[in-house]
Amino acid sequence: MHFDWPFFWRYLFEPSQSYLAGLGLTVVLSVVSQTLGTAIGLFAALARLSRLRPLRGVVRAYVWVMRGTPLLVQIVFIYTGLAAADLFRFHDISLGLLTIPGNVQAGIVALSLNEGAYMAEIIRAGIASVDPGQTEAAKSVGMTYGLLMRRIVLPQAARFIIPPLGNEFNAMLKNSTLVSVIGVQELLLSTETLTSATFRVFELYSIVALYFLTLTTGWGFIQGFIEAKFGEASAQAKDASAVRRLLGFGRWREARPPA
Amino acid sequence: MTASAAPLLDTIGGLPEAAVDEVVSASDVHKWFGSLHVLKGVSLSVKRGEVVVIIGPSGSGKTTFVRCLNHLEEIQRGRILVNGTLIGYREKRGRLVKDSERNIARQRREIGMVFQRFNLFNHMTALGNVVEAPIRVLGMRAEEAAEIGRTLLARVGLANKADAYPAQLSGGQQQRVAIARALAMKPRLMLFDEPTSALDPEMIGEVLEVMQELAREGMTMIVVTHEMGFAREVADRVVMMDDGRVIEDAPPRQFFTSPAHARAQSFLSKIL
Repeated sequence: MHFDWPFFWRYLFEPSQSYLAGLGLTVVLSVVSQTLGTAIGLFAALARLSRLRPLRGVVRAYVWVMRGTPLLVQIVFIYTGLAAADLFRFHDISLGLLTIPGNVQAGIVALSLNEGAYMAEIIRAGIASVDPGQTEAAKSVGMTYGLLMRRIVLPQAARFIIPPLGNEFNAMLKNSTLVSVIGVQELLLSTETLTSATFRVFELYSIVALYFLTLTTGWGFIQGFIEAKFGEASAQAKDASAVRRLLGFGRWREARPPA
Repeated sequence: MTASAAPLLDTIGGLPEAAVDEVVSASDVHKWFGSLHVLKGVSLSVKRGEVVVIIGPSGSGKTTFVRCLNHLEEIQRGRILVNGTLIGYREKRGRLVKDSERNIARQRREIGMVFQRFNLFNHMTALGNVVEAPIRVLGMRAEEAAEIGRTLLARVGLANKADAYPAQLSGGQQQRVAIARALAMKPRLMLFDEPTSALDPEMIGEVLEVMQELAREGMTMIVVTHEMGFAREVADRVVMMDDGRVIEDAPPRQFFTSPAHARAQSFLSKIL
């Protein structure tokens, strides 16, 4: 087998403009979709904990479908399927200098909806892990549901939500490659374009793998930083020894020093 | 403990003016948990400034009853008036319908509650716990709330713990912060649900002392407890519940020396 090292190094360290644009689009797609997905997940989680049975049913069905069908199918369905059935067509949106193509919009919608279903379960579990006594105490001082969620429950649930959220974003970075099937020029499709021009499949796919590895590794550091920062804000990090912090959250309740 | 000489209630500008003399008026309250009938027609009236201690064996419904008084539990029959208005429900064409969340929250502002397991907001400092509701619920300015908060913490003997998180405080300290948190809302009524039951024996005294101080200053209090010493010394009335009913309601001297009900006699003989 002939591995073209000079080619490899050149494309690794001197990527073309369009390749860098693909990298940028991958990051933007992932960040936007994760943000929207987290927001959808929050509302879905609250709806799932609601007293209204029909609302709970709707959310349950949404989570069921989104987690039970392939993301690839969802992407094609939302972009091509809806248009083919004459139900909905994504048109390019122009925001001054910036134009958002229809397929990018569809990609974001599909990724966000899919992510929302997973985040709904994560956030629901996070909320459930907060002691009900916290809610009762908040009610007893006259807080309404919205206020007590915002000020008391969600800040404490965040400790349980942030680690899996980090994993979700890691997965999102890689899953976003699936929108290449509807022609979104993100990192993978940029690679494929180059491949068909150069036939250097092995070299170029090694490069794209390294790019993703760099993205996810970089995110790993950011995630570690966020988790450490978040731990500091609560009493857990103040009390917990370094060893205990390494062991992870969830054990902080034991760390109660005598007064 | 180091409670300062100034009274607790001066911090919040003394006791609020009450519109009615009867702070709590519960009549024929029934509650079911599924098929379990836990309150079987409880009636209780508490006047302004009274300290009522509720005792009884576990499962007698005393905790449930107190939780109904600020509508942490729904009731299925009867009615409860706190500070002269129905709680949890409003009257509509002679029938009781569920009140709005906003109205219930508004009424709860004037009813302080102290829980067995403290339930301090774990992500906030002691001072943060005390000032949270005055700022967010009453819209008090942060500086004003902090001033009142610090004074209240000083009064419960925790001036130097304002910046400590709940996990850094002992049980007794946490419970005293919880009392300060409830007082910061200037309640007309304080409910205590077994406030010392989760405490190590050596910490019970410091919490009871704060409660006694509060009673001396004229706060209307309903206290569910197993502390018979507290009942004897501080209560104006001792109410005994058994099997979802009130079976005794008498001044402590009378209650402890000559209870009328046979069930009360046997309960007392077991615990005294």
